[in-house]
Amino acid sequence: MSAEVFSVFYQFADVFAFLILSAAGLAIVFGMMGVINMAHGEFIMCGAYVTVGLVNLGVPLAIAQILAALTAGLIGVAVEFLIVRRFYKRPLDSLLATWGLSLIVTQSMLLIVGSAVRGIGTPEGSFAIGGYTFSTYRLVLFGCAVAVLGGLYIVFMKTRFGVIARATMQNAAMAKALGARTGRIYSISFGIGTGLAGLCGALYAPTMTLIPTMGATFVVESFVTVVIGGANVLLGTAPAAVFLAMIRMALNASYGQIIGQIGMLVAVILIIRVLPEGLSSVLVRRGR
Amino acid sequence: MFKLLEGPQTLGRGKIFWSCFLAVLAGALTYPLFADSYDVGNFAYFLIWIFMALGLCLMWGYGGMLSFGQTLFFGIAGYGYGVLAINMGGGTATIAALALSVVLAMVAAGILGYFMIWGGINGIFFGIVTLSATLVLAFFLGQTAGPEWHIGPARLNGFNGMKGMDPLAVGDFYIEGSALYYVMIALIVIVYLALRMLVNSGIGNVIVATRENPQRAEMLGYDVRKYQLLTFVIGSGLAGLSGALYTSWGQFITPSSIGLPAAAMPIVWVAFSGRSDLTATLVGSFLLLFGFQTITVYSQQAALVLMGALLLATVMLAPQGFVLGIGKLAADWWSGRRRRDDSPVMAEAGRLQSEES
Repeated sequence: MSAEVFSVFYQFADVFAFLILSAAGLAIVFGMMGVINMAHGEFIMCGAYVTVGLVNLGVPLAIAQILAALTAGLIGVAVEFLIVRRFYKRPLDSLLATWGLSLIVTQSMLLIVGSAVRGIGTPEGSFAIGGYTFSTYRLVLFGCAVAVLGGLYIVFMKTRFGVIARATMQNAAMAKALGARTGRIYSISFGIGTGLAGLCGALYAPTMTLIPTMGATFVVESFVTVVIGGANVLLGTAPAAVFLAMIRMALNASYGQIIGQIGMLVAVILIIRVLPEGLSSVLVRRGR
Repeated sequence: MFKLLEGPQTLGRGKIFWSCFLAVLAGALTYPLFADSYDVGNFAYFLIWIFMALGLCLMWGYGGMLSFGQTLFFGIAGYGYGVLAINMGGGTATIAALALSVVLAMVAAGILGYFMIWGGINGIFFGIVTLSATLVLAFFLGQTAGPEWHIGPARLNGFNGMKGMDPLAVGDFYIEGSALYYVMIALIVIVYLALRMLVNSGIGNVIVATRENPQRAEMLGYDVRKYQLLTFVIGSGLAGLSGALYTSWGQFITPSSIGLPAAAMPIVWVAFSGRSDLTATLVGSFLLLFGFQTITVYSQQAALVLMGALLLATVMLAPQGFVLGIGKLAADWWSGRRRRDDSPVMAEAGRLQSEES
């Protein structure tokens, strides 16, 4: 019996980790700046490629993954400085600009790197409970997702940067008047967001085929999680991921991946009819 | 009723504009007489996409709803036409298949639009919800390779796409080549003029008022949601028309014409052209399609990189659109020289003509 219970938890954890890791970066950027980074998938792809490249050079996997996340974060800061910065007052145009960037990056990668790169294979290791065998790496991913949430909680709730960032989020003009350098806060937040995207790519790189268009695999999940979650990462994205993971898990188990994805989308479309500002609007209102 | 052809919502008025319009039309109509049939087929191919661009222009430029889902409805109608044409048999029934598939796309748009618009989704989320739906449809169709995925005798066929449907036909006469080209020209003229009349009518004014300030429009007593839904259904239906015509043109359709990067293309055309005007969108989309096709022959990736760069350049340098901007500049120069208030779009109309002859 406990094996069945664990099996359900394992499937839930798998989907939950995927949703959190793919959406966290997007949600931070949206929450702070009200901007959706359409090149989110390309930062994920960047993290995956850097990881695989470094591992093929002989760097240990875990270190390669951290370096990949840092690389994506630094590129993100540069992109913020060069492009996104101009569009904080025109959020729709920021969508178009980052989409243009996404097209350029994906297609250039196809031109330069070609369609497929040799993967590195999922780290070995499995354990058995009852009659079932489970992959350890999937649980590591779940641990990472929880760690990301915990880390974000500490950064945004317990540090000086977090206080200023939340102040900027609530009222940028007032925060600026009080001496916060909102421009710098924005670029750091954007860097954290793209760094988390890079981390997502780095963590999933061993489990999938590397192709320049791989970002598209993640964007639907990250979009719908952010749409349902709303502007608050901790009070929105996390509960949204729990909720969507339950729907997805139930449908995946009985009907397969694609029906799971369709079911998730349908659930999202039904929910926005009732909660257009996402779960966080309800939870934040309750909290006050 | 024809008074509505010109008005505050559309650029281009007066005798000069309409003579240019007629000149371009005449050029387009005589084009097959002195071009070889391959080029005519290619031209018909460019024209297929114009409906989709005009639909997006209506939704985004006039209605203020940035839909990333044009290829979703393109795909629904494209696959719809295929399934219907295969199931109903060829011949005149294909005309019914075309009409039904466009209706299917509009019904789908009505359902999706209802949940989004009545839910109060707007701005950024409108874009990403429509894009999510688009990508999910593309993923779904991509994994329908097995023989169990069929509707009647029509196999969906996964990534390789559906094929084997008849092209549009009347009785035994297949509408292909020059005939298809003339059908396209006729449809574009009808759609273009009808959209001009729509946006200059009372309904169009409410649509534009909603874009400018939804609350104010609501206070004036309009149920803006109904107008938004109407705009969304018409705009998406036009994407559906493109999809059905595309399937009929090539007798195949694949999921790659729905997913990324295809979904970005209508956005690039309309943003580059100038979303706030139908004529600019018509001319600009045509030019971009022409350029894109020319480069695609050498490298599809390079053409897509260029499209991405154009999108980025447009929002950074000319957020209102390049064609519209150039058209306005040319018109200023023209009116400055002639000391007369001429039609701003004339310069662009002239360019379309030179492109064609």
